[in-house]
Amino acid sequence: MESLNFVYDLLGKNIVAYILLALLPMAFLLPYALVAILGELKISAWIQERLGPMRTGWKGVLQPIAEVVKLLQKEDITPAAVNKPLFNLAPFVMFAGAYAAYAVIPFSSKFVPVNINIGLFYVFAISAFGVIAIVMGGWASNNKYSLLGAMRAAAQMISYEIPIAVAILAIATLAGSLDMQEIIYKQGGGFWNWNIFGGPGAITKIWVIPFTVTLFLIYFIGSLAETNRVPFDIPEGESEIVAGYHTEYSGMKFAMFFFAEYSNMFIVSAIITILFLGGWQSPFGNFLNGPVWQAFWFVSKAMLFVFLQIWLRWTLPRLRVDQLMYVTWKVMLPIAFVAFFAVALWAMIQ
Amino acid sequence: MLFDFVFYMFAVIVIVSAMGVVFSKKMMYSAFSLLFTFFGMAGLYVLLSADFVAVTQIMVYVGGILVLIVFGVMLTSKITGVDIKTGTIGKIQLTIGAITSVIVAIILLFTYLNVEWMTSQFQIEVSTTTHFIGFGLFTEYLLPFFVAAILLLVAFIGAAKIARRK
Repeated sequence: MESLNFVYDLLGKNIVAYILLALLPMAFLLPYALVAILGELKISAWIQERLGPMRTGWKGVLQPIAEVVKLLQKEDITPAAVNKPLFNLAPFVMFAGAYAAYAVIPFSSKFVPVNINIGLFYVFAISAFGVIAIVMGGWASNNKYSLLGAMRAAAQMISYEIPIAVAILAIATLAGSLDMQEIIYKQGGGFWNWNIFGGPGAITKIWVIPFTVTLFLIYFIGSLAETNRVPFDIPEGESEIVAGYHTEYSGMKFAMFFFAEYSNMFIVSAIITILFLGGWQSPFGNFLNGPVWQAFWFVSKAMLFVFLQIWLRWTLPRLRVDQLMYVTWKVMLPIAFVAFFAVALWAMIQ
Repeated sequence: MLFDFVFYMFAVIVIVSAMGVVFSKKMMYSAFSLLFTFFGMAGLYVLLSADFVAVTQIMVYVGGILVLIVFGVMLTSKITGVDIKTGTIGKIQLTIGAITSVIVAIILLFTYLNVEWMTSQFQIEVSTTTHFIGFGLFTEYLLPFFVAAILLLVAFIGAAKIARRK
């Protein structure tokens, strides 16, 4: 079997290669966060018919760097009444959980930090660290708004995990694997073979397409809730509970929560790309499908969803808590089950 | 060499955090130390090539049970007004506890030293464990699997019943 990793090809399997592999996603994540912050500032401005930041650099493109420098040099305030050890630990747990997911994200056929055969399940499980970190930070802040935000976040993330899990399960059934690289390989040969269009198969797959599109939408809606983005941002609803679980955080620790949120946005976008949109596969079959082009396709597809999340944030209003629970348990979950059975039936008769 | 290093790292994480769970004065610290115990155990499972069990460990224990424990601690101390704390126990409990632990430790050590352990010589690289788990669940272990499923369903219905009664 050919190597799945260009780093091993270059350096061999040794400790240097392992450390390099662990650091490489960070080399992507830092520039990505800057782009995403700029995107958030500029897109929000365009949607609201403003100009947005215009003074730092050409049309304000250097604004995210200024923001990061500002956050770095801000005084690190620890309120007197907080529970110090947990208050300090929470941002690290949050970021560790967010970064750990990158271990299995395949950026290209030649680059995936670790190729494990249950990658999908792993990403799903590791998001639990985010929930714990939010509860930890919210409780340790010793502030009623933080605590309320943390409780809301935990309830929301746990509830939305269930329809998401059903959607993931359906795709795993369709592809017959939990290995992300294998799921992507099976979607090769043009966009018509992507899982959103029922995966590879004869023309009779047409009846399953509505169900896979439904699953795609369910996963997308659920992923908004997982990352606490509008319309599911009730854990940090400014008009109700100040800023939710990170009310008391400032400076670098706040930046870590913020960074983790942006990195989670990319993770869910990457997963949706892998599950439904063929991962790093080029939309035109073998045309432009080299390892570097694959990374390009992967990042562009994922960034499209990051853009969608930002777009939705500035367009939709916020749900109420009871509406939120209603949507997940009484609407999304039954629909997800029906779609799952349809897809499983298709996978069986195929 | 690397394997040993990683093993001892996870072993230290598990033991230190488990001690944190037991010796913390505050219930909340115990709950959060449990996070690291679960994490370390998952690491040990990975070293035993039981990757599926490891991820399930994180999924079920960190994502489900730990959140539940934390919620329980947070909510009960707010409702009852009593700050839940461990520590300061009576002399009788201490004696009984100490004696029980010593006996259990002796029994465990005795078994460990005297039983001839059947260590399997599995050196095959298992490429995918999910296949074996799936086949096992739906053939040999079908009955226990379904009993567990029904048990969970009963608990689910019961929880819904209790929550609805207002």
